[in-house]
Amino acid sequence: MIKYFLIVNKQGQTRLSKYYEHVDINKHTLLETEVVKRCLSRSNEQCSFIEYKDFKLIHRQYAALFIVVGVDDTETEMAIYEFIHNSVEVLDEYFSRVSELDKMFNLDKVHIILDEMVCRIVETNRERILAPLLILYVRNQAW
Amino acid sequence: MSDIVEKTLTALPGLFLQNQPGGGPAAAKASFSSRLGSLVRGITALTSKHEEEKLIQQELSSLKATVSAPTTTLKMMKECMVRLIYCEMLGYDASFGYIHAIKLAQQGNLLEKRVGYLAVSLFLHESHELLLLLVNTVVKDLQSTNLVEVCMALTVVSQIFPREMIPAVLPLIEDKLQHSKEIIRRKAVLALYKFHLIAPNQVQHIHIKFRKALCDRDVGVMAASLHIYLRMIKENSSGYKDLTGSFVTILKQVVGGKLPVDFNYHSVPAPWLQIQLLRILGLLGKDDQRTSELMYDVLDESLRRAELNHNVTYAILFECVHTVYSIYPKSELLEKAAKCIGKFVLSPKINLKYLGLKALTYVIQQDPTLALQHQMTIIECLDHPDPIIKRETLELLYRITNAQNVTVIVQKMLEYLHQSKEEYVIVNLVGKIAELAEKYAPDNAWFIQTMNAVFSVGGDVMHPDIPNNFLRLLAEGFDDETEDQQLRLYAVQSYLTLLDMENVFYPQRFLQVMSWVLGEYSYLLDKETPAEVIAKLYKLLMNDSVSSETKTWLIAAVTKLTPQAHSSDTVERLIHEFTISLDTCMRQHAFELKHLHENVELMTSLLPVDRSCEDLAVDASLSFLDGFVAEGLSQGAAPYKPHHQRQEEKLSQEKVLNFEPYGLSFSSSGFTGRQSPAGISLGSDISGNSAETGLKETNSLKLEGIKKLWGKEGYLPKKESKTGDESGALPIPQESIMENVDQTITKKDQSQVLTQSKEEKEKQLLASSLFVGLGSESTVNLLGKADTVSHKFRRKSKIKEAKSGEASSTHNMTCSSFSSLSNVAYEDDYYLNTLHDRGDKELKTFSLNSELLDSESLTELPLVEKFSNCSLSTPSLFADNSMEIFHPPQSIAASVAKESSLASSFLEETTEYIHSNAMEVCNNETISVSSYKIWKDDCLLMVWSVTNKSGLELKSANLEIFPAENFKVTEQPGCCLPIMEAESTKSFQYSVQIEKPFTEGILSGFIRYHMMDTHSAQLEFSVNLSLLDFIRPLKISSEDFGKLWLSFANDVKQNVKMSESQAALPSALKTLQQKLRLHIIEIIGNEGLLACQLLPSIPCLLHCRVYADVLALWFRSSCSTLPDYLLYQCQKVIEGS
Repeated sequence: MIKYFLIVNKQGQTRLSKYYEHVDINKHTLLETEVVKRCLSRSNEQCSFIEYKDFKLIHRQYAALFIVVGVDDTETEMAIYEFIHNSVEVLDEYFSRVSELDKMFNLDKVHIILDEMVCRIVETNRERILAPLLILYVRNQAW
Repeated sequence: MSDIVEKTLTALPGLFLQNQPGGGPAAAKASFSSRLGSLVRGITALTSKHEEEKLIQQELSSLKATVSAPTTTLKMMKECMVRLIYCEMLGYDASFGYIHAIKLAQQGNLLEKRVGYLAVSLFLHESHELLLLLVNTVVKDLQSTNLVEVCMALTVVSQIFPREMIPAVLPLIEDKLQHSKEIIRRKAVLALYKFHLIAPNQVQHIHIKFRKALCDRDVGVMAASLHIYLRMIKENSSGYKDLTGSFVTILKQVVGGKLPVDFNYHSVPAPWLQIQLLRILGLLGKDDQRTSELMYDVLDESLRRAELNHNVTYAILFECVHTVYSIYPKSELLEKAAKCIGKFVLSPKINLKYLGLKALTYVIQQDPTLALQHQMTIIECLDHPDPIIKRETLELLYRITNAQNVTVIVQKMLEYLHQSKEEYVIVNLVGKIAELAEKYAPDNAWFIQTMNAVFSVGGDVMHPDIPNNFLRLLAEGFDDETEDQQLRLYAVQSYLTLLDMENVFYPQRFLQVMSWVLGEYSYLLDKETPAEVIAKLYKLLMNDSVSSETKTWLIAAVTKLTPQAHSSDTVERLIHEFTISLDTCMRQHAFELKHLHENVELMTSLLPVDRSCEDLAVDASLSFLDGFVAEGLSQGAAPYKPHHQRQEEKLSQEKVLNFEPYGLSFSSSGFTGRQSPAGISLGSDISGNSAETGLKETNSLKLEGIKKLWGKEGYLPKKESKTGDESGALPIPQESIMENVDQTITKKDQSQVLTQSKEEKEKQLLASSLFVGLGSESTVNLLGKADTVSHKFRRKSKIKEAKSGEASSTHNMTCSSFSSLSNVAYEDDYYLNTLHDRGDKELKTFSLNSELLDSESLTELPLVEKFSNCSLSTPSLFADNSMEIFHPPQSIAASVAKESSLASSFLEETTEYIHSNAMEVCNNETISVSSYKIWKDDCLLMVWSVTNKSGLELKSANLEIFPAENFKVTEQPGCCLPIMEAESTKSFQYSVQIEKPFTEGILSGFIRYHMMDTHSAQLEFSVNLSLLDFIRPLKISSEDFGKLWLSFANDVKQNVKMSESQAALPSALKTLQQKLRLHIIEIIGNEGLLACQLLPSIPCLLHCRVYADVLALWFRSSCSTLPDYLLYQCQKVIEGS
């Protein structure tokens, strides 16, 4: 089970957070800071999987951004690790070279894309992930 | 392309709306999106948290104004939502916007709607009350002709949806499974997956449709259905074995590259789909050779194909290895898998190494040689700079620990523990160390020292079981007494040295362990006297850093040591100081110590040395105070009433509206806080009293039953025998009658006068004023209490017998000596015995009563036969008695006399349970086997009685029961008979316990015997069991019913038409009681409360109400399937008869 999907930058600012299991809003900040602290303390020689409380964090760095996914022990770390990369590729395709600013200014779109991909890993086919969003926006601009 | 045209056309209405504002929105849009931009930029530029907070608060207040302004367009609202999402993401509360998010989802055009849904899914959680407002929108969108809207609605349903509203959308979503567009079908499957997660029983009926989804022509839909299957197979793999072939075929196609190319990820075909399928196969093939054989080929191919050097192929390989080791083993595959693991472990890539270790950890128990192969790598990993790798290695070592390597492994674990600061890691590791130490400790010294380390590092975060288990181990010891003493002595010595160290702080839990051990086992010391130990404990007691909980442990230890110390100044000093302590608990303990100290003889008898393991008989009912209470009452003292009762009475007297929430929709005033019939009657009177103030109560006031059922002293046996279904309440009045017959008779006279009067209101007013502070009522109350307590006591003693594996609670340990103190001081054998007797007797009375009631109503069965079934020692006498009792008595006095005689006759009986008639299950010329069921309180007892019909002796007749899936069958002692004499009957008893709820089950077995040393013969038989065999009455009070009712989530309602013969509520309930063993708690007018439990302890409550000839049944239970089952049974019983 994927518990949450976070995108944070090196300064520890949250760029996107999505919780798939309810977490009280007051605890969001605390959890995110903790998670970021742990990810930042990892070096390249260390593995990309961290144990945090009773779940695992899988993190992957893209330039100044960290994508962190929290899962329980039913998931395979490596599969999630590659899933992160898959999601980045999808975002890349949509925004044509995705940057941190893209994510910030298009928070809603990134969320919509993620909704297509995750609740477990539900869709990994790029075209299919983007189809609903494209329909929404292409039409919106056409009129 | 045509798709898009189709979608745009269907969306036209929404688009017109959007167009209307004309040129205006362009400007607005620019300003709003730039506002989000400026907000984001502003926040990014900020350096301190404080500034951020200021900025966001500013933003939030401006947003609040905008969203609630009537001029805000939906488009602006959409922009506001995105900003609100942003603020919430940063951890600021934006709850004022939630309702607007729902509105946006309802009213917006497509894009706005999508953002509205998005905001809802981000803001709200499953049980948020606002979520209900979304349901209508979802239903509307599901019915929309616009595919995009349907899609959105399905997306949101698969993310977040209120459980109780599932029926509203379920049919719509089921329809969508047949939709022509794959995306709709896929999302519908995902929505159903969500439902399966939160309410599995609601989607049970569409399992066939899931199969269709699995065979869908589109890959996406099929992949989505795998989520549901993975979950269902995890719960019950045996039900889906037939699908193994399908899963294997799918995986073969995926691995063989038969999928469309766009499902490839870095030229690996659908890797996540493969992983999902491998997981499913692993679950299906577990311990099942036949199923496993089906998948060997495809697994082999997977292992072969995944050679590409890419991360995702490693993920597949890992899953593959996992599956190969989960299913029934095949050596060829295992070899290949082991090679794969080797590749992982030896890889220079750290992530792969991690995976390798994880795989090793998983397979090591099946194949320890693999650990030997990779031992050098493991050792390397143990000193790896990455703590995560180290941790995983320790996990691996933990799995291969044995008596030889335990010291080294524990050493490594402790090292890691000293470096780690994370609470979760500490808790986890400490538990493992303690477990290993207990299992494999090589000697005493090592064990104690390891446990010392565990306690000092684990401190107050570790699982409480660890100190408990440790103390239990010390106290109960092993087989060898001298070894035990040495262990204890070593523990005592090591603690004393630890305490001698200056300026060292130990965690509270550790101090508690020390004080218990010192208190119990200091006597083993020869050098140090108890006085010296007391002095050390005293020093700790005076230490401010010690918590008050620990101090009570310490003072308990001192108390235990005092009798050994003879005279000690320290003790007196301690008493002196703590009898004036501000801490009540401490003061209490100090006073106890003081009183005991004054009476040394009592003290030594109370606190014997090394008796911590002996069972104590605790008189929890405080029955030794009965005499005191009786004396008090006879001198005119007001009887004790529980707090809530007093409050209620006060309320009703003041004629104030009752603001307390009603537990149920029916009138609850009659049964809140009642423990005994007397209480109930009082309550119903009160409700009559307060009836003038509230509409609800007026209903209950009009009840016709009330006058007939309840009399003044609480209960009219005369009426009760007419209605005849109050058996749960029966024993208690008998108790009261036994104890003060005279009193009751006078009371009864009064009550008759009362019953005869016609004006209900007046009567009830009078009654309620009369009832307050009635002597008899208090007696009944007291006895009622003793009843429930004695049950508890029995259960407890049962637990004690079975405690073996269970950790006894810390408190039991600490207080063992203390409770013995209060017990021995006050405990009176006589009272204890009476308590026991009373418990037994009441149990008996109940079962017999219900049996009697059974026999009374079941006219087709001759009474005598029923009674002979009871196998009473004096059946005839008993039958007589009971016959009289259940005829309407001629006069009250007579009935009282008879009841008391009945009660006394009960006393002489042994405990009996209801049981079925014997039924022959198999026979041949030599023997015949018949079986019957005894429905015992805690289990179902199956008795097979074997009759030897031949004139010959049978040797070593033996009866065996096949293990059954849903039951746990245990043999009762004394079952194997070496020799069976000619023409005799022997019975075999098996207690059957339910492991998994089921509806029908078969228990089969065989009997094998030797006839006169010649041939051995075997005879098979089977017996049907239904869930009903495991339903027992649950005897609770109405108050408890109310509480339980609120706490159960699963409920089922249904109206049942009653047959003519039982149109009245009491008779219908009686049927339920007899046939389904439900316990009738109370009947209030046209409503009835019943309760039962599924053994071992799953309660189910039933509320019934009668309208004309319809009985409305309403079940609630903590178990989701039980209400459905019971409903079905009730329907059968009520409609059938």
